[in-house]
Amino acid sequence: MKIGVLALQGAVAEHIRSLQLAGAEAVTVKRVEQLEEIDGIVIPGGESTTIGKLMRQYGFIEALQQFSAQGKPLFGTCAGLIVLAERIAGHDQAHLSLMNMTVSRNAFGRQRESFETDLDVKGIDEPIRAVFIRAPLIQDVGEGVEVLSVYHDEIVTARQGHLLACSFHPELTDDYRLHQYFVDMVAQSLATAQ
Amino acid sequence: METGTSRVKRGMAEMQKGGVIMDVMNAEQAKVAEAAGATAVMALERVPSDIRAAGGVARMADPTIVEEVMKVVSIPVMAKARIGHYVEAKVLESLGVDYLDESEVLTPADEVFHIDKHDFTVPFVCGAKDLGEALRRIGEGASMIRTKGEPGTGNIVEAVRHMRHINSQIRKVQNMSKDELYAEAKNLGVAYDLLIGVHENGKLPVVNFAAGGVATPADAALMMHLGADGVFVGSGIFKSDSPEKFARAIVEATTHYNDYKLIAEVSKNLGAPMKGIEISKLTPGERMQDRGW
Repeated sequence: MKIGVLALQGAVAEHIRSLQLAGAEAVTVKRVEQLEEIDGIVIPGGESTTIGKLMRQYGFIEALQQFSAQGKPLFGTCAGLIVLAERIAGHDQAHLSLMNMTVSRNAFGRQRESFETDLDVKGIDEPIRAVFIRAPLIQDVGEGVEVLSVYHDEIVTARQGHLLACSFHPELTDDYRLHQYFVDMVAQSLATAQ
Repeated sequence: METGTSRVKRGMAEMQKGGVIMDVMNAEQAKVAEAAGATAVMALERVPSDIRAAGGVARMADPTIVEEVMKVVSIPVMAKARIGHYVEAKVLESLGVDYLDESEVLTPADEVFHIDKHDFTVPFVCGAKDLGEALRRIGEGASMIRTKGEPGTGNIVEAVRHMRHINSQIRKVQNMSKDELYAEAKNLGVAYDLLIGVHENGKLPVVNFAAGGVATPADAALMMHLGADGVFVGSGIFKSDSPEKFARAIVEATTHYNDYKLIAEVSKNLGAPMKGIEISKLTPGERMQDRGW
């Protein structure tokens, strides 16, 4: 099993490390041709405007929509969550438009309001340490989307079939259980494909 | 729930990796930078090359400029305080700035002490030209390091020197035996615990960006090639002939720093970059990199 991390901008190395800890082979992805070699992809945290712009420029929008149409899993963290959403509050244009949800950018405030906290996530036994940095949140979810965690009544983790998204940065701690959860999703999709 | 933890502050800098942080002097430039794909903007009253030209004491920007920039962009906004100027930094923090640069580009306010950066919820970036400076700043609470280079010159040579020097010192420390590290901590003037971390991990505990002299897409790519985590561009964009083109080209060259065909493509018809300054023509007092201790 090989999982890619979209490496146009953002915290790429941390995701590679977490995926490796979860037992997957992990590679950086900078060109659309590389999507053929991988079974799942992480869209990392970074600046969503930068990542979205570069994705458009290098043909990643259509390529990742096709990747998803094949049932291959995608996992977006923070900026990656914004990239996956169908609707971005206050913006006309979404990026990949894959997950049936509305996200709100910088929803918790500026950097001085950024925080870390213990968070319960459905499907993971003990709470995980979640680091929120100028984080977005999920305002509402539509049909087919399952809410996996909530912080102060706001949705911060969600799954829609083979798509997973969270507002925080699981890659910034040594706890790789959410990556394990994603690796399991990829394993499942491979088993189904066979 | 905890704010301002070291993980939250350093993590913010991690999210800037592979990105370009651009100096801007007003709302309009900030919008150009954001549209070009900047990961953050540095709100300033004057870019370094103008500070050089103007002379006199360079201070924190007028808060109006900072607020104006914060209003028009959704990417993080950084601002500079003078070295050792605790109050300028607190004022900028109170405005809601996302990152503070305790910067040698401004005239230092203290010739002995830097700001105690642990005392802030907002993270700091500081300049360094060697491993000692980098670790002293990290010891004081900096969450991000950048090379000092020689700001406002459009000359990459000093940033290259600083990046190479820091990386070579890191490799040296990595290969030292544990008993040599005590003396090395003394030589470098740094805390032993921080040096042990470098010895074990082979890198700084925070990201290290390039700054000070980046003027072209190839300059940005060179710094990435030398191991920078990302790039600050000061005067290089808005002192060039066509800021929008330069901004976009530098962003692309930073992402694809080892794709030389792409760098060739984005470097075509850019117009003139900012006019550069030969470093040896600077008097000792004009060398910004010698500020900071």
